[in-house]
Amino acid sequence: MTNHWVDIKNADLVFVMGGNPAEAHPCGFKWAIEAKKTRKAKLVVVDPRFNRTAAVADYYAPIRPGTDIAFFGGIINYLLSNDKIQHEYVKHYTNAAFLIDDGFKFQDGLFSGYDEAKRSYAKDTWKYQIGSDGYAKVDETLQDPRCVFQLMKQHYSRYAPETVQKICGTPKDAFLKVCEYIASTSAPNRTMSYLYALGLTEHSVGSQNIRCMAMIQLLLGNMGMAGGGINALRGHANVQGITDMCAYSQNLPGYLSAPNEGDKDRATYLEKRTPKALRPGQMNFPQNFPKWFTSLCKAWYGNAATKENDFAFDWLPKLGGATDTLAMFHAMFEGKLNGFICQGFNPLASVPNKKKVGDALAKLKYLVVIDPLATDTSEFWKPHGEFNEVDPTKIDTEVFRLPANLFAEHAGTFTNSGRVVQWRWKSADGPGESKEDAEILAALFLKLKAMYAKDGGALPEPILNLTWAYTQPAKPSPEELLREINGKALTDLIDPKDPTKVLFKAGEQLPSFGFLRDDGSTACGNWIYCGTWSQAGNNTAKRDNSDPSGLGQTLNWGYAWPVNRRILYNRASADLAGKPWDPQRTVMKWLGDKWGGNDIPDMAPTAKPEDYVMPFIMTPEGVGRLFSREIMADGPMPEHYEPFESPLDVNPMHPNNPKAKSNPAARVYKSDMEAFGTAKDFPYVATTYRLTEHFHYWTKQSQINAIMQPEQFVEIGEELAKEKGIKAGDKIKVRSNRGFIKGVAVVTKRIKSLEIDGKKVHTVGIPIHYGFKGATKPGFLTNTLTPFVGDANVHTPEYKAFLINIEKV
Amino acid sequence: MALQSLDIKQRSATTTPSPQARQTIEIAKLIDVSACIGCKACQVACMEWNDVRDEVGNCHGVYDNPMDLTEKSWTVMRFSEIEEQGKLEWLIRKDGCMHCADPGCLKACPAPGAIIQYANGIVDFHQENCIGCGYCVSGCPFNVPRISKTDSKAYKCTLCSDRVAVNQAPACAKACPTGAIQFGSKEDMKDYAAKRITDLKERGYEKAGLYDPAGVGGTHVMYVLHHADKPDLYSGLPVNPSISPLVALWKGATKPLATLALAGVALGSLFHYVMKGPNEVSKEIEKEIEKEDAQ
Repeated sequence: MTNHWVDIKNADLVFVMGGNPAEAHPCGFKWAIEAKKTRKAKLVVVDPRFNRTAAVADYYAPIRPGTDIAFFGGIINYLLSNDKIQHEYVKHYTNAAFLIDDGFKFQDGLFSGYDEAKRSYAKDTWKYQIGSDGYAKVDETLQDPRCVFQLMKQHYSRYAPETVQKICGTPKDAFLKVCEYIASTSAPNRTMSYLYALGLTEHSVGSQNIRCMAMIQLLLGNMGMAGGGINALRGHANVQGITDMCAYSQNLPGYLSAPNEGDKDRATYLEKRTPKALRPGQMNFPQNFPKWFTSLCKAWYGNAATKENDFAFDWLPKLGGATDTLAMFHAMFEGKLNGFICQGFNPLASVPNKKKVGDALAKLKYLVVIDPLATDTSEFWKPHGEFNEVDPTKIDTEVFRLPANLFAEHAGTFTNSGRVVQWRWKSADGPGESKEDAEILAALFLKLKAMYAKDGGALPEPILNLTWAYTQPAKPSPEELLREINGKALTDLIDPKDPTKVLFKAGEQLPSFGFLRDDGSTACGNWIYCGTWSQAGNNTAKRDNSDPSGLGQTLNWGYAWPVNRRILYNRASADLAGKPWDPQRTVMKWLGDKWGGNDIPDMAPTAKPEDYVMPFIMTPEGVGRLFSREIMADGPMPEHYEPFESPLDVNPMHPNNPKAKSNPAARVYKSDMEAFGTAKDFPYVATTYRLTEHFHYWTKQSQINAIMQPEQFVEIGEELAKEKGIKAGDKIKVRSNRGFIKGVAVVTKRIKSLEIDGKKVHTVGIPIHYGFKGATKPGFLTNTLTPFVGDANVHTPEYKAFLINIEKV
Repeated sequence: MALQSLDIKQRSATTTPSPQARQTIEIAKLIDVSACIGCKACQVACMEWNDVRDEVGNCHGVYDNPMDLTEKSWTVMRFSEIEEQGKLEWLIRKDGCMHCADPGCLKACPAPGAIIQYANGIVDFHQENCIGCGYCVSGCPFNVPRISKTDSKAYKCTLCSDRVAVNQAPACAKACPTGAIQFGSKEDMKDYAAKRITDLKERGYEKAGLYDPAGVGGTHVMYVLHHADKPDLYSGLPVNPSISPLVALWKGATKPLATLALAGVALGSLFHYVMKGPNEVSKEIEKEIEKEDAQ
């Protein structure tokens, strides 16, 4: 979230599209209800299903799964053609005025630079025009045909309300009603809080879906404002934490892009990742990249990381290709992986195409499952009737289950969707021989280290030199880990402005990443978490919920990254002169000599308004991007592409270009392409989702949750049910080109058939949650059905839109 | 046994006068249907606080589960899909005991002290005194009490009388994430409801209102409804609930006669017991009431 949970109560409009917070985030959703109760806010929901969020909404509009960009494009078109934008904000705080390279083009559904063979773009034209001063050229009148504003206007003029209806199936009047609600927040003192979750991300165009909303919120001037923002509702209580720690190969902790094979040394690596300002006087905060990275290397390798050895750069792994979940399981499927350690992850259930995942796991020599529960994955080799038809005699994979204890059985932190890091205390001992994850990993590490020490190896240094200064090496404490993540001074840090002054003595915990250095004098395990455990102690354990602002900012409750800031880009909540757009909801204002208000300024604290330092300090241009330059894999402005399994033969936006039917830049493996079904055999659109009664594949193991929602069901509209002779409570079989599942039919008025490009399209809703292990009725894994393809940028699988057929059992 | 700080207002089949000295506040639970998201946290909290676990059932083609109130499910969410003037609504109502000011169950109950009404308005079943006759089921205008097949005792929501006795809100109210379940004095709850109703009217629900039916003397569980003129849209919430006329007669005007009759029955039973051994209590009366109910 750019904002935070409590801040939703400050909204005038809560807009939910691609999420279902009443069901998936019922506790956080209280703030949407609070906004309705106390601010007379409106709640608007756009979703393929009339869900439990829609049940309490002021307005609901249906949409065909996988067509969000057409809907958003229509909104952008509406805002621009009806002049419903926050003009001053757009002019100064976005890149609307920036001029784009003359070579940039969009034609027939493809952006300039497309390479069909590689399914990727050369992005050399997706750039600003750079002037002789080295800065990006702008036209503040927004009239230049090459400026972002004009290019955007032209691009989205193709998304008329009729086009939206044709693609999304949303009736034109319903679409326009939603537009009116949203447009009302273009007034400088009105805000929309935009809530989304996996309904937006789990598409082959997931990242561009979110880009659309970022553009809309920038056009409306809703970023940085109380009650505004782009608010990703994270699933697991600590999934934000795992994202921040970047337990993925592509990133190092704190979203530092990981080195790859092209980075031959530290200098090359840093040069590529340390941008220069694109406009004069901008903060260009990522220019500090070397400080964050060097401090990370010092946290990991301590005294062994020296200037002479490039601060241990050579010891870091260098990526040689894709390492996302789909890539990893595809490699496993091709027999290229020997072993897999699976910690807090149930991939047989949660990765698409269960058959492929099961076959992949069967090719491993060993599988280690670290989990508090006996997961479906840990029994992928075991026959469970028709739910898991396997032949164990043909599977050689050795499976080790290491029982971990649950989050309540050890101390640590949770980072919530609003980036608030909160300490939690142990409440019970784990059962049996279960251990903390850290203890299990420590045992593995110490064993490996002993083996390398004894036997040597190809490259023993990264293991032998790793910092491991815990009081009990076999059991690092959560407190020690958080202190290490926070970071400290390694030598006395001298004030650069006053050589007689020592800012921090060697060994002292640092209060903010502003003090990190790139000369090896500081260590920090994750720069954005610097401040969580300062000399003052564990700031994540603070529990003072006093709220002088009345806005729910509660700066002394836990610790929000970065630097305890609760609303990101909050400088943008004030106009150029530093006066709040809405004085009733002041987040930040210029106090004459510094920035102040009800948050930690997202700005150099003494940068005068007349210095024209723009609010989006994490971009080298200082402004929010309506045109995302070369950042995205699939285009600088979002375009509608059909899901890879679509009920339509063509993309209605580009009926004559088959290359532009589905995301041209999404990676598709050949065998998965062949496993796609067509509308001829699989005429219905399916979408998967979660139910409020369950959490992923965990709570099917819990008796109470099982009582609340005991059995797999499938939701179909009344019209389709009638066509197929299915009644509520009947058992039905759902088939995709990858397999089948069975479930109980829930026949509902809440899913209507939609007319798409002159054709009637039915949507079928399929909850996840069920499987062959647990207290719920034994069942199939829903991801038996889903296609093995993901977003072009981050490869999040397309769970939300694919094709199926149904029949009564 | 009365809970500390909860004075008894009336006991079933008892003529002993109730205590009068202390003044306690009349309480109420307010269920704001317009803020309810059907998350079933209330069902879970109820199960956990009261240590009851129903069976893991099946899906019956709807979101409701368990499908009905049972001796182990004292509250359930009832989901109904309706289309009013072309607009689809998914009305979700938390069902359970309404804690009537004039409780039909208590009136109908022949077992001394099996049903208690506290001075604060809570109607509570004391299962140790329950004879399992089922009159409370017949007496209830909301079809709430359930007789256990295991122990032949009647069960229903206690409004967490044990929590309320120590100034805690009922478990369901504490667990509700959206504040759809509010708890406090009946007066405060009515004030709160009035604000919610104003808000709903501003949002176009012209018939929004409070459900606090006079036919049972008002209730200590009330609903804010968007369509207060059509309570039956909410999975059959009674439009004008009232106590079955026979129960009203049985324990109302003819009570002295009824007591005499009961004494007669008791004598008869004694005779019966002496002559033929133990038997179920008051079969004749039960049949009579059932016959009346069926009409």
